[in-house]
Amino acid sequence: MSLLEFCRWLQYSAPLHAMRESPIFFPIVATIHLMGLALIGGAVLVVDLRLLGVALQNQPVAGLAHDAERWLFRGLVVMVTTGILLFMCFATKYYYLTFFWVKMAALIAVIVFTRSVHRRVALAKDGDVSPIRRKVVALVSMFLWTTVAIGGRYIGFP
Amino acid sequence: MSLFRFFEWLGNTAWSVAFHESRYVFLLVLMIHVLTLSVFVGTALMIDLRLLGKTMTHVPVSQVVTRLMPWTEAGFVVMVVTGALLFYAAPVARYENIFFRFKMAALAMAAVNMWLFRRNVYRRVAEWDFDAVPPRRVRMVGAVSLLLLALIITAGRMMAYQDYWFG
Repeated sequence: MSLLEFCRWLQYSAPLHAMRESPIFFPIVATIHLMGLALIGGAVLVVDLRLLGVALQNQPVAGLAHDAERWLFRGLVVMVTTGILLFMCFATKYYYLTFFWVKMAALIAVIVFTRSVHRRVALAKDGDVSPIRRKVVALVSMFLWTTVAIGGRYIGFP
Repeated sequence: MSLFRFFEWLGNTAWSVAFHESRYVFLLVLMIHVLTLSVFVGTALMIDLRLLGKTMTHVPVSQVVTRLMPWTEAGFVVMVVTGALLFYAAPVARYENIFFRFKMAALAMAAVNMWLFRRNVYRRVAEWDFDAVPPRRVRMVGAVSLLLLALIITAGRMMAYQDYWFG
């Protein structure tokens, strides 16, 4: 089964047909998806603004990063769960949207980046990592998350 | 002149029509409005979670508030400016939208909650600044704020469905 066939099967299977026909299912899931955006936004900004040196300057990064990580994970669980449901409602539409694939690529990139480079820099003791390196890591993280967010908004446009 | 008549007039001004009919400018402003949610609500909810004792418990509450609030405020300014533009694009439709009214009501309540926090609860921050879990009334403020933010997001998202549901 090709990816397109899979999308078609997803979209036109009986339960998904019911989901798509329901007048409130999509709006409610989309709303929860937006709340997930806020949660991820908060968890990412606390760490990245601190790495940039423009918020919570007198707190060690590692402590903040450790705390924020848990909320970032929770935000991601909300986002991915609701995101999959939203995708299933209109799978074939998203299959053909370049921006959907850009979003997915950026999402995978940012998760890998956050778990590897970003995490190592954020959890390092203050002074072990140069300020420049911290700033670059924060900017890359924010850039990738913004790409995911813009992609998300863009694929929802009529 | 009634509010309705005023919005009717506003919606017929040349710039409102141009903005309403523009394809990309409108969508661009809408995108900025939606995505700034991550800054405004994102930082606000991290502050609320600190008030609830759910995150950054080793950081004094006053630190979290004073160092994150400027970002919440900056996000809020962007939200209000882009929100006002989106209203200006279709004043009568927004005014008549039930979810828009809910959203404005929730926003007003959030402002009152914030004012009470500043005037009352936060004045005595020194007493519980280092508490991992602040006293009950502080947690109440955080919980109410989270609830109102959720309502604002929900009402904002539902605005798009008024015609579909009730039209």
